[in-house]
Amino acid sequence: MAKQITNKVSWVGKIDWELTKFHGDELSTMHGSSYNAYLIQDEKTALIDTVWQPYDKEFVARLKKTIDLKKIDYIVMNHNEIDHSGALVELMREIPGTPIYCTKKGESIIRGHYHPQDWNFVNVKTGDTLNLGQNTLTFIEAPMLHWPDTMFSYLSGENILFSNDAFGQHFATESLYNDTVKQDDLMWEAQKYYANIINPFSMMVSRKVKELIGMNLTIKMICPSHGIIWKDNPKQIIDKYIDWCNEYKENQITIIYDTMWQSTRKMGEAIADGIQEVDKDVTVKLFNASQIDKNDILTEIFQSKAILVGSPTINNGYSYAIAGILEMARGIKYKGKKAAAFGSYGWNGDAPKMITAHLQEAGFEIVNDGIKKQWVPDVKDLDDCTEYGKEFAKATK
Amino acid sequence: MEKYVCDVCDYVYDPAVGDPDTGIAPGTSFEDLPDDWTCPVCGVTKDDFQVQK
Repeated sequence: MAKQITNKVSWVGKIDWELTKFHGDELSTMHGSSYNAYLIQDEKTALIDTVWQPYDKEFVARLKKTIDLKKIDYIVMNHNEIDHSGALVELMREIPGTPIYCTKKGESIIRGHYHPQDWNFVNVKTGDTLNLGQNTLTFIEAPMLHWPDTMFSYLSGENILFSNDAFGQHFATESLYNDTVKQDDLMWEAQKYYANIINPFSMMVSRKVKELIGMNLTIKMICPSHGIIWKDNPKQIIDKYIDWCNEYKENQITIIYDTMWQSTRKMGEAIADGIQEVDKDVTVKLFNASQIDKNDILTEIFQSKAILVGSPTINNGYSYAIAGILEMARGIKYKGKKAAAFGSYGWNGDAPKMITAHLQEAGFEIVNDGIKKQWVPDVKDLDDCTEYGKEFAKATK
Repeated sequence: MEKYVCDVCDYVYDPAVGDPDTGIAPGTSFEDLPDDWTCPVCGVTKDDFQVQK
């Protein structure tokens, strides 16, 4: 069912309460998600974005209940990943000649995905406009936020920024707006989205936000392509992005470990004792990487000023779960964070050394060579770990 | 020295700035970047860059 946002703008997307994983298994979505599409009905009618492919038929069926599809004059595609462009084929079957406004790269991505023969593309650049009557759409290219084709569309008159994935969150709600949901849940999901998806492109976020501020747009609402609409104080999420794109950290040290026979866990907990003893104010958190959701751990890394990564040495290397976290952290390019490694071992004890090398490659500033202990740590071994934690706390304070 | 723009993501390589994250010092021309240097934003190689007009 369409949801009216203003006199002229309606939400016509799909709320997905069932979604638990996104991008294959790359991203967990504990609060579901939505694929937001918007319909602007002025003297001319424009549809902004569509929904994920599995919902293409129901999207078109519901859109037909809102409007005679032939009355749609323009389709605007801000970004063409399948969760937004997935219903295009179904829609274009009904209205094949309708012009699709997108960036040049957007056209090539649509062509690469759906191989259309005869769709009518109109390539737009920053500053190009589309007059709809009382309202005008202005396009703002936003490459790599988060794909090369991404653009924002700004509707003057109604003063709405359609930002696509930027400022989005995987967050299902029937009530649409940011002030109608639990704020802690919302802000966690907004930050998780940034920490897992947007962070690699922080340099582009910084540039684009400066450009947006420089344009002096009146922004009454930010309508992203996932999650809630920022209606109450929409500037708050822009301010958050300014914080997040600039080597964001809180006073937190996160210890991420895996353990086979509890020895590496005991080491991690002894290190945590040492950190907290020296620094009462720092938040210390421990996560077993094979037990706790990987994307939640990455969000905790994003919040941290420093991390410790622990793994037992297994088959002369480190564990599967730790390897996964390290590879994701490398790709996400966290900046301005310190790190070190630890672990228990039996004979070859190379895991901390290998983890340290990987952390360095991933852009972390290495605090020291880490600590390793053979077999099951005894009281003295654990005291050493606590001492190590104290030194780590001092070095990262 | 000329600035170069990434075809994929529009990142601009500015020789005056270099690419400190990968150890490229300020004052390094685009031509002098190592062959295996990649765009710090989207990861494509030097072949996907063009002189900024």
